Amino acid sequence: MAVTVATREDVIQVGEVPVTVVRGGEGPPLMMFHDELGYPGWMTWNNELASRYEVIVPLQPAYGKTPKVDWIRSYRDLGGLYARLMREQGWSGAPVIGFSAGAFAAAEIAAGCPSMFSKMVLVGPLGLRPTEGEIFDFLAVTIRTHVAATVSNVEAPEYTQMYGGEMTPLQFELFEDARAETARIGWEPFMFNDSLPHLLSGVGSLPTLLVRGSDDLIAPQGCITAYEAAIPNTTSVSIAGAGHRPEIEDPEAFLSAVNAFLGA
Amino acid sequence: MHVAYFTERPYRWVPEDVVIRNKAFFAVPNTYFDHVRGADDYNYFLDEYCYAEELGFDGVALNEHHGNPFCMGNVMNVEASILARITNRVKIILIGNPLPVIKHPLRMAEELATIDLISRGRLVTGWVRGAGSEQFFNNANPAYNREMFEEAHDFIIQAWTRPGPWRYEGKHFHYRHVNPWALPYQKPHPPMIIPGVLSPETVKWSAEHSYPYIGLGTSLGPTADLWDYYADTAAEMGYQAGPENFGYLIPTFVADTDEKAQELGKGFIYGGGQTVFSAPQYTLPPGYNSKDAIRRLSKQPGGSWLGVNRNKLMQAAIDDDAPIDYEAIRARAEGQLRKSQRNYLTLLGSPDTIIDKVKTMLTVLRPGTFVFFGPQGPVPNEDRLRNLELLAKYVMPEIKAYAEEIGLRSPFETPPGDLKLRMGEARGAVVDRGAVPTVEG
Repeated sequence: MAVTVATREDVIQVGEVPVTVVRGGEGPPLMMFHDELGYPGWMTWNNELASRYEVIVPLQPAYGKTPKVDWIRSYRDLGGLYARLMREQGWSGAPVIGFSAGAFAAAEIAAGCPSMFSKMVLVGPLGLRPTEGEIFDFLAVTIRTHVAATVSNVEAPEYTQMYGGEMTPLQFELFEDARAETARIGWEPFMFNDSLPHLLSGVGSLPTLLVRGSDDLIAPQGCITAYEAAIPNTTSVSIAGAGHRPEIEDPEAFLSAVNAFLGA
Repeated sequence: MHVAYFTERPYRWVPEDVVIRNKAFFAVPNTYFDHVRGADDYNYFLDEYCYAEELGFDGVALNEHHGNPFCMGNVMNVEASILARITNRVKIILIGNPLPVIKHPLRMAEELATIDLISRGRLVTGWVRGAGSEQFFNNANPAYNREMFEEAHDFIIQAWTRPGPWRYEGKHFHYRHVNPWALPYQKPHPPMIIPGVLSPETVKWSAEHSYPYIGLGTSLGPTADLWDYYADTAAEMGYQAGPENFGYLIPTFVADTDEKAQELGKGFIYGGGQTVFSAPQYTLPPGYNSKDAIRRLSKQPGGSWLGVNRNKLMQAAIDDDAPIDYEAIRARAEGQLRKSQRNYLTLLGSPDTIIDKVKTMLTVLRPGTFVFFGPQGPVPNEDRLRNLELLAKYVMPEIKAYAEEIGLRSPFETPPGDLKLRMGEARGAVVDRGAVPTVEG
């Protein structure tokens, strides 16, 4: 196993918002937007990519470290905050990996300003009305059910490391915070924006990789199909046997797809 | 003291096993609804409220829930409008309109003003945040629940009192032309009453507005704690809280004999009763409770809020195929019913049996408003009516006399907030903890 890369947390002022950013690795910037359950910690795949990039993870407001921002009332607003952070830090033009709701925010940024990213990886992406099926209503189930529904294999080592065992009061609080903020900005329509596909059709040749676990219970295949229809230049990868978190269920397959795409 | 009658207007024809299998009333499929029985019931419950007036109750209380056979008051203002016309004397008490769920405060202001006008000033309007399940049913964002509640409330007061037309640009509501022509009969507006299940935030908010707070079948000890909290807040606001600031509602079924009351009183646990109003994931949707409330919940895994605790929220999904021992569930519920009677959370019995219990509750909590919550479950109409008769004929005179003796004045006799405290003056007691009965396990 590769040596674990040292990470640090910076607090970067974006307007009136002190955004906590986790950073690790050396090289050109690679943005990562975490999902609706929050930043899960530095994982195998982060470590691998940090050998070639500085992986930069802004922590979403109201998820524990970055304070709640009242004026952020949609994923488009959240994307606006992230875009301003990137512009002001000189990270414009970096590639991005967005997970689930983080992919929603990345797509909103790209829709408004395609040159903000050189390449875009959207994993189990929410944000578009699925062409078939429904986005799983994870706010209408208990925390435990929600977390369990994100993976196909609850025995996956990194899943067990992150979410296994008895949930501590702190974890309970953080999950509740995360789910409350997801409700606040994604409640209606639930985790998609009907204006987004129209704007995404204008992103030009922005290379976009769409990744989905074949057994994803959260984002149906119809989410991928919707992104394929909206964005002109997409490549899709299905990771067999994985659920909504292919990066922790099958890090090798995930990295293989991402490296091939970013390195190309 | 003001004595009122309340019923959830339950749909009494869902097989109990269906509710038990669903583990909750909310989300029972509406294929079990029969329109003929529904029509009969809506008419019956209106008649029942009229009968309560005829028997001498001071008020009739209604509430509203959605997607739930536990309570068929889905659009309470429609029922209240009819009662405004077909009753003559009783206060029409709404406990209450779920403002964040309805999401249209201008329409709400008009509807309530209409009820107040038709009843010639008998409306008592209460506000609630709406149960957690209501957020799902109405697609109301739970994370904005309290903000929307407070903004809608403030807007309605303005709509009733500020000469129009004017424009409103709030955070959650926006109106180009506010100029309602149906304005309340009562001036400056109908009296308010705030029902709740002991959310400290709601208790504080009620005290800040001098609105009476009505505890919905809450335990005596915690209720006393929260009423002290109300009184402390009231003192900070410069007034002495008293009985006029407090109300109490309790599930009650009275029959000619204790045996019959015990048997039919099992309707309160039909299907599991109030504790299975909705499943945990619907009772506490994300963002519905304050961060402080979630923190409290996280540190008390065994603690409970409306039957929900951290452990229940951490449970996995219901296994729909798991076998269910219906009789064991019913037996457990019966045990809970017995316990709730011992703990003064449910009153079942003949008039003689319950009078002393009510007096104890009045002594401890000193409410100026007391509401009898009528039977749940498949109780026949004639037994429901007999319950009302016995309450009115034997219980009400006794408890009203006792209330008079210990000085329990209603908010309609003593305006809440009128008794001012001088700067630095200590507030007086609002509860009598010495009278709290020993609670059995």
